[in-house]
Amino acid sequence: MTAATTTPAGLSTASPLRVTQARVMLSEWTKFRSLRSTVITLAVAIVIAIVISLVFALVMGSNYAAMSPADKHSFNAASTSLNGDLFAQLAFGVLGVLIMTSEYSTGMIRATLTAVPRRLPVLWAKIAVFTLCVGATALITNLVSFYAGQAVLSGHDLQVSLTSPGTMRIIGGATLYMTAVGIMGIALGALVRSTAGGISCLVGLLFVIPPVLDLLPESWTTYFGKYLPADAGQASWVFHSGPGLIDRLSPWTGFGVMCLWVIGLVVIAGIQLLRRDA
Amino acid sequence: MIEVDGLTKNYGDKTAVDGISFAVEPGIVTGFLGPNGAGKSTTMRIIAGLDAPTHGIVRVNGKSYRDSRAPMAELGIMLEAKAVHTGRSARSHLLALAQTNGVPAKRVSEVIDMVGLAEVAAKRVGGFSLGMGQRLGVAAALLGDPRTVVLDEPVNGLDPEGVLWIRHLLKALADEGRTVFISSHLMSEMALTAQHLIIVGRGRLIADTTVEGFIAQASGTVTRVSSPQADALSAQLSAANVTVAHLDAETLEVTGLTAREIGIIAWEEHVPVVELSTKRVSLEDAFMELTSDAVDYRSSAGTTTAPAGAR
Repeated sequence: MTAATTTPAGLSTASPLRVTQARVMLSEWTKFRSLRSTVITLAVAIVIAIVISLVFALVMGSNYAAMSPADKHSFNAASTSLNGDLFAQLAFGVLGVLIMTSEYSTGMIRATLTAVPRRLPVLWAKIAVFTLCVGATALITNLVSFYAGQAVLSGHDLQVSLTSPGTMRIIGGATLYMTAVGIMGIALGALVRSTAGGISCLVGLLFVIPPVLDLLPESWTTYFGKYLPADAGQASWVFHSGPGLIDRLSPWTGFGVMCLWVIGLVVIAGIQLLRRDA
Repeated sequence: MIEVDGLTKNYGDKTAVDGISFAVEPGIVTGFLGPNGAGKSTTMRIIAGLDAPTHGIVRVNGKSYRDSRAPMAELGIMLEAKAVHTGRSARSHLLALAQTNGVPAKRVSEVIDMVGLAEVAAKRVGGFSLGMGQRLGVAAALLGDPRTVVLDEPVNGLDPEGVLWIRHLLKALADEGRTVFISSHLMSEMALTAQHLIIVGRGRLIADTTVEGFIAQASGTVTRVSSPQADALSAQLSAANVTVAHLDAETLEVTGLTAREIGIIAWEEHVPVVELSTKRVSLEDAFMELTSDAVDYRSSAGTTTAPAGAR
């Protein structure tokens, strides 16, 4: 590419240019960091996660003494200090949706897919960059929430340490869950192509379908409910008090089921990306 | 080189492109003309691999664009101005595109300078004027130093200086041996910019001609002649490739002979001539006539039995 402006390119067929997966990932990283909206959404997600987690730790800590024995039994200090993630997951999911739909709403997708006409590398690169950036952010956020929460809970002698049994799994599980929700957002965004539609689908899948399912006969609920992406994915890190606890999948089976949802959505998104006109 | 062969594109039951075939040669600027809705943008999207053809094949530099290993070196395309995330700076936008194909960052600065956006490269694209957006689109198209350049309405929104700039740029690109294919709905602009014309209307190919040929055809072939002995003159002018139309008792319109030839024949045959003039048609009028014909033809011929577009 020396003196590129004057190269009689029309006459030469050899070009040093190539599309590679690594290059498309670098491009997606540039896109990710050069948008104010991505950075703001990520910052909002971090703040929500930490602040609400702290509120949970404060409330649960001061209420602990008055809890029933069953509630005390199911209380988990590590999980409690990460409960803000249950709210922040929406922000992570929205970020995933936006990464895809902002390209469609602005027309950028046509420039992107013209540069990478095989298309699929773009989807893989978006998922990879998101997983690395958002996964790392979620992990750091969860560690901050954890330590802040334990500091609050230590006032009631309820704190656990990072090396306490199950703690690492809970922090890791929450981090993986948040990342998986974001990837689901990317897949839904690629399928629906509109920001409003993508967010609606995400909210429906995470927050609307579970309570709707509760309206069905109880045998259905107990059988299907635990396989929904949110319920399955939360099995590794959320501790509910009450009968709900019994119906949970085991932690990693649950996360595995959530991964199947994510993989299924990503595969459909990939097929549609190849088949549909951009 | 772009080859379009029997291209048809349906969106639902609406036919946007209806069996068109043409080739765009390297080394010259080829204009793609047609009224709005003629199928120009659809054809360009298919060339770029964004839309899949319903029937037919499109090749860029002899290959299917979707299979190219170095797409940005094969084809640089601007489909519409501001196909850009408005929240990103011009430089970040170009850098992200460049990185997909391994175009070095140095080249990003080069194209920014080339299109005259150096001063605003760090600004968010959302604040760009239409003309600046066009320049950014051209910059993106040139990033990979492509062998084929396709620009949809590149003159749109440019000020007179910008129009001049794009004309020189397109000519320079063609002179370097590249294939240059630009669309417009303005015949007058294309007459100044392009050497070859592909004219479409309602998704069908209407003409595939040189600009010179189009101008000659549009303005030079019809001659009006008036004579008190119009019938006698008409008989004398008759020949295999000459058509004579009687406008009124004294006036004829002749196609296939120049005014000079008619004048000489009239003198030789002792027929008085009181008016002899070449009918001047503006390029825009000729273009309108051509495309409105296509519309009439299409609506009267129906859609299922109409023959494939002329070559």
